[in-house]
Amino acid sequence: MESQYETELDLELPQAMLERTTSAAEWNLILPVVIALMAGALLAMVRHSRGSQVGFSVLAVLAIIVVEVDLFFQVLETGPVAMTMGNWLPPFGISFIADTMSVSFALAASFVTLIVLIYFQAEIVPREVRHGFYPLVLLLLAGVTGAFLTGDLFNLYVWFEVMLIASFGLLIIGGRKMQLDAAIKYGFLNFLATTFFLVGLGYMYGLTGTLNMADIALVVGHADPAPMTAVAALFLLAFGMKAAAFPVNAWLPASYHTPDAAVSALFGGLLTKVGVYALLRIMIALMPASRELFDPLLTGIAVLTLILAPMGAIAQTNLRRAIGFFVIGGIGAVFAGMAVANVLGIAGAVFYAFHSMLTMTAFYLVAGLVERVTQATDTRQMGGVYAADSLISILFIILVVAAAGLPPFLGFWPKMLIVEATISQSDWILMSAVLINSLLTSIAGSRLWAHIFWRPGREGANSEVPNDHLRQLNSTEKRMALSAVCVLVGVIVMLGLLPNLLFNAANFAAMDLLSPQNYITSTGLELGSNLMGGTQ
Amino acid sequence: MKTLIFRTIAPTLTAIMVVFSIFVLLRGHNEPGGGFIGGLIAASAIAIYGIAVGVREVRKALVVDPISLAGFGVFIAGFSGLLSLGQSVPYLTGLWGYISIGATKITISTPMIFDIGVYFAVVGTISAVALALEEGDVDK
Repeated sequence: MESQYETELDLELPQAMLERTTSAAEWNLILPVVIALMAGALLAMVRHSRGSQVGFSVLAVLAIIVVEVDLFFQVLETGPVAMTMGNWLPPFGISFIADTMSVSFALAASFVTLIVLIYFQAEIVPREVRHGFYPLVLLLLAGVTGAFLTGDLFNLYVWFEVMLIASFGLLIIGGRKMQLDAAIKYGFLNFLATTFFLVGLGYMYGLTGTLNMADIALVVGHADPAPMTAVAALFLLAFGMKAAAFPVNAWLPASYHTPDAAVSALFGGLLTKVGVYALLRIMIALMPASRELFDPLLTGIAVLTLILAPMGAIAQTNLRRAIGFFVIGGIGAVFAGMAVANVLGIAGAVFYAFHSMLTMTAFYLVAGLVERVTQATDTRQMGGVYAADSLISILFIILVVAAAGLPPFLGFWPKMLIVEATISQSDWILMSAVLINSLLTSIAGSRLWAHIFWRPGREGANSEVPNDHLRQLNSTEKRMALSAVCVLVGVIVMLGLLPNLLFNAANFAAMDLLSPQNYITSTGLELGSNLMGGTQ
Repeated sequence: MKTLIFRTIAPTLTAIMVVFSIFVLLRGHNEPGGGFIGGLIAASAIAIYGIAVGVREVRKALVVDPISLAGFGVFIAGFSGLLSLGQSVPYLTGLWGYISIGATKITISTPMIFDIGVYFAVVGTISAVALALEEGDVDK
């Protein structure tokens, strides 16, 4: 009787634990998140101490960068790498999966965090350090990196929350009234987006019985297509809000200009890109059938975002608000690549998001320097900076050109890919939208440049009289802030002149997204079977 | 709060609740309980003590800042996962050790260390919020 029971058990229970051993190299996958989380926790414990918080956080971010560079080359060499937590078999355990897209985004995120940490030394406010600036930055990095590397949809939601909580802290850390106002708008709309995401997750689990991304990619074809479209629509709305695509972008220009320049740089570089990442992963790799259905919608969003965002930038007089519209314009370019959805288009979208992380961070940082020199936030009060500090004006115009996507700077290559993709599909409307976006962005950027740097004085009757409100950067600002920005802009210029590595990486990323076989098999799940089918 | 009865009973109540929270934490692996609920019980103990004797006394009694407690919790929760680094298994894999004292076998495991981390994270966060609310003025 008993032995019969046991045999029955053996038949009923599928294998639940992994049999294979995990090599130390696979730990590269989880270490960036663990280091960021644990370093953030340690810094939270010592946030009142004046001493070595900077040094420690810089060391932690450096360690993360080293691990991610190693992981990046590992992924380029062998394809996607996966690790399932707790030795459970996917889809039961929570998987972390790194493919080329996720690891290059994670690398860009930690690199800009390092630059921002160094830049922050020039505008350091003791009160903000006491309230936990450094732990919040590391927790933000942990959330962003976790979102990029996780291979589980619910876990993605958790990292979104980690990121959201840390960004609330950073947004209000200065305690100014304007920041609290911004935090309400930012917080409310982002919570709404996260709720849509969570509702979508619930439906997804109900329909497919799994939340592991690799497993979803396997079983999504068998699910009822009508409700799956509703799920995809919820995800599109949620991540479109996170990414600040056109009709749901209002929170971004309302909030990003209120905190310190270092914090807006971090937000502008990282937060919207996580929404973009999630959209690319879900729409392209997981639910391609629903994406096809949404094709006209995605094209519409792309065209409107591409054209309206730089118009917003032209209309703005507040410098950092105008840059917020540049961030949104970039999201339009990514949507354009996603609407085309062939290898060229997806490669362009991934490449553009990577470029946008570096360029937008640099843009906000340079804007912070301009605000320091002119002691104003409104471009009407600025003027004559070219005479006061020509280096800043050069950095600014390089970034304008990079953001507009003119050769030979970084933004040109992804836009070229996207335009090529639209031509291959004869989608002339989308193609003209991308090109008009470049034109409008350069108009908006050069208008800003003319107002801030070229015009000798402030706006009004005395605009020809040299601006007397300018001050020189002091030595800390030169040593920390200016040099950090120079390094970042230098990297942007170098990558623009030598884009081969990025072209290859974007190509790999696009192929892995469009045909996720390697992504699936890296977790140990087998193609053409899943646990519910019982063929393990 | 100025009620004599409450002020007399509160320290005893707090002590009992903290001991009970540790009991709930430790039984949590196989039975109802665990780090989260244990942490909530301990945090409400701290909140009750704060209502009875005032926030300043509580901060003195806690010695460390509640946020530091929370940070410590997150740190050791993360650390418990790292223990499987040398064992050729993925992050957060449960490792078990046994200590025999006489006839009693005591189990030590990484999930327990993780749970203790959760306990501290919850105690720290919730009591930081509770104390700030009781203080009324957040930024003195």
